[in-house]
Amino acid sequence: MGNEAIAWGAIQAGVNLVCGYPGTPSTEILETAAKNNDGSIYVEWSINEKAALEVAAGASYAGARTLVTMKQVGLNIASDPLMSLAYVGVKGGMVVVSADDPGPISSQTEQDTRHFAQFAKLPVFDPSSPEEAYAMMADAFALSEKYGTPVLLRPTTRICHGCASMEIAGEKTPHITEGFIKDPKWTIFPKLSYKRHLEIEERNPALGRELSAYRYNTVSGGGSKGIATGGISYQYTRESLGGIDVKLLKIATPHPFPEKLALEFLEGLTEVMVIEELDPVIERELIYICGKYHLPVQIKGKLTGDVQNAGENSVESVRKILHKYVGIPYPADCDAVPGDGYALPVLPVRPPVLCAGCPHRASFYAVKEAMQGQKAVFSGDIGCYTLGNAQPLEMVDTCLCMGAGITIAQGLHHIEPGAKHFAFIGDSTFFASGITGCINAVYNDTDITIIILDNGTTAMTGHQPHPGTGKTMMGSISEKVSIPAILEAIGIRDVPVLNPMHLEEASEAVKKASQHKGVSAIIFKYPCIAVARPLPAYTINTDECTGCKICIKKLGCPAISTIDKKAFIEPSLCCGCSICAQVCPQQAIIGGKRS
Amino acid sequence: MTMNCILSGVGGQGTILASKLLSQAAMNKGLSVRTAETIGMAQRGGCVVSHVRFGEEIHSPMVPGHSADIIIGFEPAEAVRCLPYLKKDGVVVVSKKAVIPVTASLGKGSYEPSDMFDYLKKNVKTLVIVDGEKICAQCGSSKVLNVALLGAACASGALGLTLEEIKTAISERVAPQFVEMNNKALAAGAAAAEKQ
Repeated sequence: MGNEAIAWGAIQAGVNLVCGYPGTPSTEILETAAKNNDGSIYVEWSINEKAALEVAAGASYAGARTLVTMKQVGLNIASDPLMSLAYVGVKGGMVVVSADDPGPISSQTEQDTRHFAQFAKLPVFDPSSPEEAYAMMADAFALSEKYGTPVLLRPTTRICHGCASMEIAGEKTPHITEGFIKDPKWTIFPKLSYKRHLEIEERNPALGRELSAYRYNTVSGGGSKGIATGGISYQYTRESLGGIDVKLLKIATPHPFPEKLALEFLEGLTEVMVIEELDPVIERELIYICGKYHLPVQIKGKLTGDVQNAGENSVESVRKILHKYVGIPYPADCDAVPGDGYALPVLPVRPPVLCAGCPHRASFYAVKEAMQGQKAVFSGDIGCYTLGNAQPLEMVDTCLCMGAGITIAQGLHHIEPGAKHFAFIGDSTFFASGITGCINAVYNDTDITIIILDNGTTAMTGHQPHPGTGKTMMGSISEKVSIPAILEAIGIRDVPVLNPMHLEEASEAVKKASQHKGVSAIIFKYPCIAVARPLPAYTINTDECTGCKICIKKLGCPAISTIDKKAFIEPSLCCGCSICAQVCPQQAIIGGKRS
Repeated sequence: MTMNCILSGVGGQGTILASKLLSQAAMNKGLSVRTAETIGMAQRGGCVVSHVRFGEEIHSPMVPGHSADIIIGFEPAEAVRCLPYLKKDGVVVVSKKAVIPVTASLGKGSYEPSDMFDYLKKNVKTLVIVDGEKICAQCGSSKVLNVALLGAACASGALGLTLEEIKTAISERVAPQFVEMNNKALAAGAAAAEKQ
């Protein structure tokens, strides 16, 4: 897997410290580093991306090689330290991996980390395959140390989660750390910023010239029509072209842009098609170069409407563009649905849903029942529980970014105090960015109810530990950070910690909390089904089941469907959570064992 | 020569392990392998598609449209959904048992598995239907559907891999206590395909 390749690239380059925050598609990088740690590397899941980057900055000041991992929206959180660190610089090499997600497949935005590199004036590597990502890690560390700057690497989902057969050859190169040496350069001040800004502006064009000779920035082929591409789109382009000879520019370092190489590429061309995902970064650079050097080359791509503006590319989408552009074969039947002449049957819709037995389903249901008939707004957050928006629960009215649920509820309350305002947040997200929102709520005397969905893990990204679990990536157990104690310290008192699977009790607690004037909170605590042992499954007593479908209509559990107009519980999915048995008006759901 | 395989199913059915076994078997033969799969949010009850490509020089990790040699459908509707990947005369191996989504149970959009099989029969030249549920019951675990389907795919001849090669991959990739059960499922899947 590309993520494993990135981790191995760092390990072989002698990385001393790895930290990050989980986020699809980047998560497996840090996990691979932890799993293959020979004891010489310090690895941690930090509480968020900002903390991760700062921990790494400290280590790099002391001469360590550091790797920081996150998804693209994580870089937004880490941008505060990143922007300043770009000025201050590092001693030990620092590579910040920010994984982009064209599609998007599991993200809130289709933002492009290459822009962040331009904005922060930092070098960025853009691998086109897992093999390249592996090799680039050593290059990125070397470049980082040569210029004393953090370096970005931005793989995309198809690199991160694409697998390739490859060999990790040779011994790792250990990196010896010198330790921290006191120097005024580590303390940023306006005067120093001005000086560093000048140096960076001088450095980057020189770096662009140096990168023009970088082994993964290449020009190949010939002709008067060119194609410029980078990342996974390069592979789609090569696959589409087959053996057809077209002049091809591959950009592996979108910033600083390898201008000299681009000029060589543009020489003798009349037209260029730029094939890239997310934003037209390479396209704008080429337009800039054509303007700067008065080159009569037409640059086509997203800005001219030749390439789609959103979503990911594919071999087919590229093939279609190149069919029009250079006449590569695109058989007419490529668009045809197989079996023309037969009507395609209606395919079932499969939106992602909360797992069977997920404790969040019980929590959402309890709150929904408690608020029946009252005006209430439910602000959600980022995690598995965003899926509470689906029918039939429909318990997520807003979702913006990590930690925003608690603060959005406050804004809603100030304008609409007559309604009840709820904020749902998971345990890992609470630690990542929920705490400041809670303090804001208490300090500014708002009236909201915070529901903490504590399933004891970071579930959506694959069950990473967090401060509440006490488990660390070094294998040690630290003091578990207590959510009730934090809330108490903030001034949110009498917070019940309840098992949401006891629906009635849970619902009563919600009613009570919602009537409290001021900030109230409830912690619904029950382990994620993926980490807890399932309880005995429930079954339907078909003699009692009337086929009313109340269990399905109220809960939407993926384990329950209907067979012959009666409810049916799929035994391989049921975790014995019992809530369907609690809502069944006929007591027709039997077996299991109430927890 | 590149072999293109699509494994399509629903989150939790074990498509990813199946793609890992295929990749391992191909790598053991010295072939170059590329794969791509859905991980993350889409996994929770959503459609999951794994692309596995092996051969000599491969660029894209994703199988291009109309070029899959074989589709291994863990569920009939998901096999139909992926048919645009199938090349002309490609093979489809599909599990008989449908996974009904919550949306259909809620009455939002119907799902008739028999429609899917009718459609597959009309459009696919070589269709292998595997009673995965039966094999799982025989092997004593609902988790072996993936390996049973690999067995059937192998026996269909469209995979370019032998049962022995998959078996070796199982011994390398599956926890020792589950190897025997998986080997049993592999053989049962192959036997089911040979009968057709």
